[in-house]
Amino acid sequence: MKTTIHNLLSEIRPEFDFSQSSNFVAEGLLDSFDIVQLVTALDEAYNISIDGVDILPENFSNVESIKATLIKNGATT
Amino acid sequence: MNLKFKNKRISGILTVLPENEVMFDDEIDNYNFSKAQSMKLKLVMGYDKRRVVKEGTTSSDLCIYGMNYLFDNSLLKKEDIDALLLVTQSPDYFIPPTSHIIHGKLGLKQDMVSMDINQGCSGYIVGLNQAFMLLDQDSIKKVVLLNADVLSLKVSKRDRNSCPIIGDGAAITIVENDTSEKAIYSSVKVEGKGAEALIIPAGGFRTPSTKETAVLQEDQSGNLRALDHLKMKGDDVFNFVQREVPTMIQEVLQKSGYNKDDIDCYMFHQPNRFMLKKLADKIGVPHQKMPNNIVENFGNASGVSIPTAISFNLGDKLLKDSFLVCMAGFGTGLNWASLVMRLEHLKFCEIINYK
Repeated sequence: MKTTIHNLLSEIRPEFDFSQSSNFVAEGLLDSFDIVQLVTALDEAYNISIDGVDILPENFSNVESIKATLIKNGATT
Repeated sequence: MNLKFKNKRISGILTVLPENEVMFDDEIDNYNFSKAQSMKLKLVMGYDKRRVVKEGTTSSDLCIYGMNYLFDNSLLKKEDIDALLLVTQSPDYFIPPTSHIIHGKLGLKQDMVSMDINQGCSGYIVGLNQAFMLLDQDSIKKVVLLNADVLSLKVSKRDRNSCPIIGDGAAITIVENDTSEKAIYSSVKVEGKGAEALIIPAGGFRTPSTKETAVLQEDQSGNLRALDHLKMKGDDVFNFVQREVPTMIQEVLQKSGYNKDDIDCYMFHQPNRFMLKKLADKIGVPHQKMPNNIVENFGNASGVSIPTAISFNLGDKLLKDSFLVCMAGFGTGLNWASLVMRLEHLKFCEIINYK
């Protein structure tokens, strides 16, 4: 799951090294439009629909929080 | 607040769109973002074409054009209009009410109601509710509800938050008494503490427009806008919609006695494709039952977006067939409102171009 997340992040913002960041949003690697793209890509990759109420910056601030959001929304692999 | 009406119907819907069309692809260079990023967003959000007025065209111009079309085609008689309601956030002037300008230019009778209502994205539902209430008066048999906005003139061309979605337009809805006992159910909610989530900060009496309020300033995300421009806190609006709208829909359906699968169409306000897909998923209805194709074809003209969605997606099917429709508007205010009613056997339901 972590590898998929990293791959998708790199597709959306290839100019950044996400492994060097502890907070993607606070450090300016992801803005709200990037999160929209990421949610769309994650929905497709895991065949889920992340609940709109979970689309908050804190749920996409690092790989762990993204993973937790995916699991909460039914992603299994 | 839950509302219930009986013996009312919509008998016609006409959407009037400016002929002038602008393309997202032609505007990409206006924004402080890479072309690749913007093109990805185009797909997700549904940015593509927008209809916008040319400078000098106002809300009343669009309404008058549409009203004359109805008169000329014998779809409406002047003398039958007992009330004229205009829902707009872009009036021709602060004073007088724009509905009165329309009234005067059309030469309507004196013995009638005419008023403006300042509402945005939920303005179609608010306007319909007001029309239904007026129809409870014995002297009012027919209400013309006008929704019109030309807010593209108040959006910075360098603001990717707002510019790619905002369109202009007007809609004319004829609301009248009916012998049918079929009830109409509505729910209306407001949270004024969120009023600044969608705001034009300058130009009113609080902060009049000056040279300073016209100066473009860059925000944290790289968008450039002035205080004279529409400012939308997109994240706040998105979160409010996802939090509040599904609950409201559950409530209005429960009050109506219908379940979500009984509804033929969910005609919602059209902010962007992504938001509507998320709402459909949360409410648990197939995407095809909740059209999200208005932003990509015409742009989001605030309170005009629901009648545009109805005209574009159902159109003349409504002249013969019957559809149980759930409508919802949400945004400026913050305000959110919904309505469940049957639309059937309309006299007209179409889109025309303002020339």
